[in-house]
Amino acid sequence: MTNLRVFAIGGYLSYRALFGWLNPQLYVLTLLVPTVTQLVFFVYLGRAAGVADDAFYVVGNALVAAAAPGLFGMAQTIADERETHTLALLVASPASRLAILLGRALPVLANGVFVAAWTFTVGGLLFRIHIPADALPGIALATLLSAFACVGMGLCNAALGLRWRETGVLANFMLFALLIFAGVNVPLDRMPGWLSTLAQGLPVTHGTEAVRELVAGASLEDVATLIAAEGLVGTAYAVVGLLAVRLFEVQGRRGAALEVA
Amino acid sequence: MALPRSLRVVAVGLELHFKILSRSPFDLWIVLATPLIFSTLAYFLFTTDGDPGALFVAALASAVMGIWSSTTAAGAGALRRQRRLGVLELLVASPAPFGAVVLPITLALSTIGIYSFVAGVAYVRLLFGVTPDVADWVAFGAAIPATIISLGFFGFLLTAALVRYRSAFMIGNLLEWPVWTLSGLLVPVALLPGWAHPMSWLVAPTWGMRALRGATLGTGQPWLDIGMCAAVSVFYGAVAVLLLRWFVRSAREHATLGLA
Repeated sequence: MTNLRVFAIGGYLSYRALFGWLNPQLYVLTLLVPTVTQLVFFVYLGRAAGVADDAFYVVGNALVAAAAPGLFGMAQTIADERETHTLALLVASPASRLAILLGRALPVLANGVFVAAWTFTVGGLLFRIHIPADALPGIALATLLSAFACVGMGLCNAALGLRWRETGVLANFMLFALLIFAGVNVPLDRMPGWLSTLAQGLPVTHGTEAVRELVAGASLEDVATLIAAEGLVGTAYAVVGLLAVRLFEVQGRRGAALEVA
Repeated sequence: MALPRSLRVVAVGLELHFKILSRSPFDLWIVLATPLIFSTLAYFLFTTDGDPGALFVAALASAVMGIWSSTTAAGAGALRRQRRLGVLELLVASPAPFGAVVLPITLALSTIGIYSFVAGVAYVRLLFGVTPDVADWVAFGAAIPATIISLGFFGFLLTAALVRYRSAFMIGNLLEWPVWTLSGLLVPVALLPGWAHPMSWLVAPTWGMRALRGATLGTGQPWLDIGMCAAVSVFYGAVAVLLLRWFVRSAREHATLGLA
């Protein structure tokens, strides 16, 4: 029961704190507008380059929109604790780490799905992308798993936040890596072989490919492997992230380095 | 006497803030990584045959993107940072004109963009073997400071315009992608809808990039574009000074300097 309270109430409060306490306008300024302006930039960049159509960029940038909440949101759950001088208290508390982290991950995941759906909707309307109605369940599932994979990657970043102060820098790096190497804005066949192989292990790569095929008329069965691969990538990042949190927490305690990292 | 004293305040402030920013991992990340990221993107998207001229211009465009990234959010939130550091009241109360105190902060944010140019050019040289092939070195040499200074003044205007907003940093952040799109850095302005073209004339990176591209490729009129950089800088500066005067007067009258 205690774990459930930590999961639900702790997660809710942490999520509210991300946006400067009770200030919904920050949500719009931070997430809803930039994801759309980013999408517009890449659609026009794609037109200038002439390597793919608008749908390619709308789908890719809509799905990667889930990355900003996942990467930055999860990292801030640790970084903000340090800034408010509550990190040591959190680490000293007897609460289950799994409940704390999952409680914080769930709203971030829901947020990632919402932001991606918003970006997809606005981008689709702006650039008149036709989406078959029967593709929507598959798109929703691929979006959910892509957001989950981004949260998993964000969890790894959050874990590093226990040992390194500049999680914002790392989140930026991860986000830009996804923009370039995850097949979001550059077709994988335009990259060197080793890079496109590396991209198979990044969040969003398989989800984006699945949604592109669904928008082009493929069925859910056709893209089941891609969707499963996205889920697998997400699970791998989440497991590594959870283990890393445990490892770095122990190291931080041993070296009394939580506040000075 | 007032103008030379203000210039000295600007020069000393610029040196101080440049040193501070040069030790900030986050600010350095922005100006160093942005050109690398977008040069790579341009390489994959635009060149299958490794056209060196296009790649060099893309590296310059990516460097300007880095400067704009550095200037927009941090510039917009510059006074908030002073407020958080607890020195805003002291800065306003100092005998130096407030504009001369604020301007070096945003100029320093754009001046660390020199790292962007170095990083972008070195990156395409080392990875893609692109040697800088510039048609007009004199104009190129003038275009770099003109671009940096005009972006610094743009940041100054943002600081002044958003001084009363607690979320100025976020609002500045909002402008990052739109200005990248509007100013013809990697996306030609001609591809944008007609209504967007006049908007592109208002933003400093448009003229800076035109000058850099023109000087590099020997096309267009780079000196005219450098002149436009100077003109928009004067415009931004004049509007910003007026806005800051109004802000300081209002904040003194209502005693709200530390509260916005």
